[in-house]
Amino acid sequence: MEFDISRFRDTFFQEADEHLAEMESGLLQLEGHPDPEILNAVFRGAHSIKGASGTFGFEDVAHFTHAMESLLDGMRSGALEPSAERVGLLLTSLDMLRRLLDAAKSGAAAPPEAARAAELLLVAQRAGDYRPDVPVKVRAQDRGPAHWLVRFAPSEEILRQGMDPVLVLRELGRLGEVVKVEADLSELPALASLAPDQCYLAWSVELESEATEAEIRDVFAFVEDGAKIEIRRNTGQELPAPRARALPGAESGTIRVATGKVDKLIDLVGELIISQSMASQVLAAFQPSDLGRLQETFAEVERYTRELQERLMRVRMLPIGNAFSRFPRLIRDLAAATGKQAGLRIEGEETELDKSVVERMADPLTHLVRNAIDHGIESPEERVAAGKPPVGTIGLKARHQGGSVVLEVSDDGRGLDRDRILAKARVKGLAAEGENPADEQIFSYIFEPGFSTAATVSDISGRGVGLDVVKKSVDGLNGAIGIQSEPGRGVIFRIQLPLTLAILDGLLLRVGGQRFVLPLASIMESIAPRKEQLRQVGGSGEVIVLRGEPLPLVRLNRLFQIEPEEGSAAGGLAVIVEHRGKRIALLVDELLGQQQVVIKSLETNFRKVDGAAGATILGDGQPALILDVAAITEMARNSS
Amino acid sequence: MPRTALIVDDSASIREMVAFTLREAGFVVLEGIHGADALQKLGDQRADLIITDLNMPVMDGLTFIRHVRSRPNSKYTPVLMLTTESQLEKKQQAKAAGATGWIVKPFHPAKLLEVIAKVLP
Repeated sequence: MEFDISRFRDTFFQEADEHLAEMESGLLQLEGHPDPEILNAVFRGAHSIKGASGTFGFEDVAHFTHAMESLLDGMRSGALEPSAERVGLLLTSLDMLRRLLDAAKSGAAAPPEAARAAELLLVAQRAGDYRPDVPVKVRAQDRGPAHWLVRFAPSEEILRQGMDPVLVLRELGRLGEVVKVEADLSELPALASLAPDQCYLAWSVELESEATEAEIRDVFAFVEDGAKIEIRRNTGQELPAPRARALPGAESGTIRVATGKVDKLIDLVGELIISQSMASQVLAAFQPSDLGRLQETFAEVERYTRELQERLMRVRMLPIGNAFSRFPRLIRDLAAATGKQAGLRIEGEETELDKSVVERMADPLTHLVRNAIDHGIESPEERVAAGKPPVGTIGLKARHQGGSVVLEVSDDGRGLDRDRILAKARVKGLAAEGENPADEQIFSYIFEPGFSTAATVSDISGRGVGLDVVKKSVDGLNGAIGIQSEPGRGVIFRIQLPLTLAILDGLLLRVGGQRFVLPLASIMESIAPRKEQLRQVGGSGEVIVLRGEPLPLVRLNRLFQIEPEEGSAAGGLAVIVEHRGKRIALLVDELLGQQQVVIKSLETNFRKVDGAAGATILGDGQPALILDVAAITEMARNSS
Repeated sequence: MPRTALIVDDSASIREMVAFTLREAGFVVLEGIHGADALQKLGDQRADLIITDLNMPVMDGLTFIRHVRSRPNSKYTPVLMLTTESQLEKKQQAKAAGATGWIVKPFHPAKLLEVIAKVLP
């Protein structure tokens, strides 16, 4: 379709004349009577002329009216005084505008004085902001075919703003080739609580395109408010796991909290404030006889603070079902791709866990489920031949156990091949010839990096990430993973996770003048070593012989360069800790007791400290380091 | 059935140009010279697309968008506003009022159709 804009020009000039007349009469009234209504009308006139003149190609007029409009806008908003000088300037500018319009009409060049007049307008509104368009330059290296990962979680409001998110995806498709689109249904509520015009979905798109990031982002211009948009250029050859969302450290920064939970928190803060003001009152006119009341008040403060802490933790809790919800579809698709048949049994999806734990478990769980179908479940014929139902069952279970949550991923497939794993472990030097470890030990070898017994790497789970990544994720969450398997009966992966990452059950201990917190979960036992149990090995290594087994000994005072305590050469206590089946002994001066501590990041607040996983503030306000058992174990095992 | 579009602008030239472009693109076009006029012209018809200026006498664009969104038959209609580069704050207010997107003035008719393609299937 060809557009001949000129046919509308006559209407434009006619309209501009009307605006000019209106503006003139308005400005004349404004002299001495700064009436906001009139100011608005004059502004609208300038605004209209600017918009239309630009559209019809009269750049000089548009440019000039922009300057007038900015000045008027400043006066309208109250930032600039509608002084006689400014109104006078606007009146002379109006004359210039008329000349510019006449020039435009006859096709003549703009009068040379126009530039100077526009400058005057700009000077008159030092507070105004005049921003000419600056073209964004595209650097050469930004362009070129690339693989993009785009995640789009629109604002809930998008439908109510008259936008269909599918149109956004379609426009994205115009930039190149969409390799894959995945909808994230995890936020979809139950039907009963679903608002039909609210958007709960998010999409992950893999796009092959020559577009720049800015061009891709531009697709989302209308929908970026309140939305979460991630655009990443995929540089590696490997495609990442389908959900970009659950990459380590990429957990989403917001949380949806039921208002009831927030109200309760506000109530508690209210109670705290009341207790505090009661305490201040008592203290203001303190008599020794008031001590009892003061103690009561402090007991209250203590109770409220504890409750506040517990409830605040619960704000971060999400049902694990959020991470489970993707699996029915995943299992169906995987089963279809492998020609196998599998159903899913979920239990305990309402079990609540810390939000970041739920998010960071999504990928490891996916990996385990993929494995279960790919390696665990047999073909329907094989299953029938083994006397099993043709349809396999994948189980996902969650339950609370003490202060932790246990997740189980199970299948009723062929189970792990104990002998094959052991043989492979011997080849890899993980297990000595002749040694015959317990099943659990053997199964744990499959978590070693690069350990795979699969004869061929399949499409589904063979993406270069092994179970070691699962193990690493679990370790990263201070959790533990174990395997149970019976040949022909299937496998159960059991993952134990702390309820929250923010609070740690620890043992407070003292080394010289410093205190440390040791995660309780890693402690096996503690002993007071006798001198003859300690032995030097090699150059600087030291071991402690415990029931005939030599364990590397780490003197914490040496590790953290603390002055040793007088006469503690032989004294002190050895705390035996375990990490990934490896045990070491930590030599400390005193055990001070069990304590829950709030974990603070050292890297955020200070810097990385070798051997410390974080820090905490103790009850007396003093800081203490939280020991990183994994790192210390690695150090000790490597040096001995 | 042809689709219906409503263009609301106090500037006759802009209105004419937008209306012409839309008619060429196959729309039945209704025109309003300000918000209140547009609401009256729309009556209880259903529009498939609404394009509105923001600065208008009698009823401005923001108020108009709010009215549009409160009517059952235009609750989910794409609403594009005509803005200028300097009206950042206005743009945000209009979004909050329920506007779908915007066209920055000055614009060429081809650009208009491009933007419409973003919001209409």
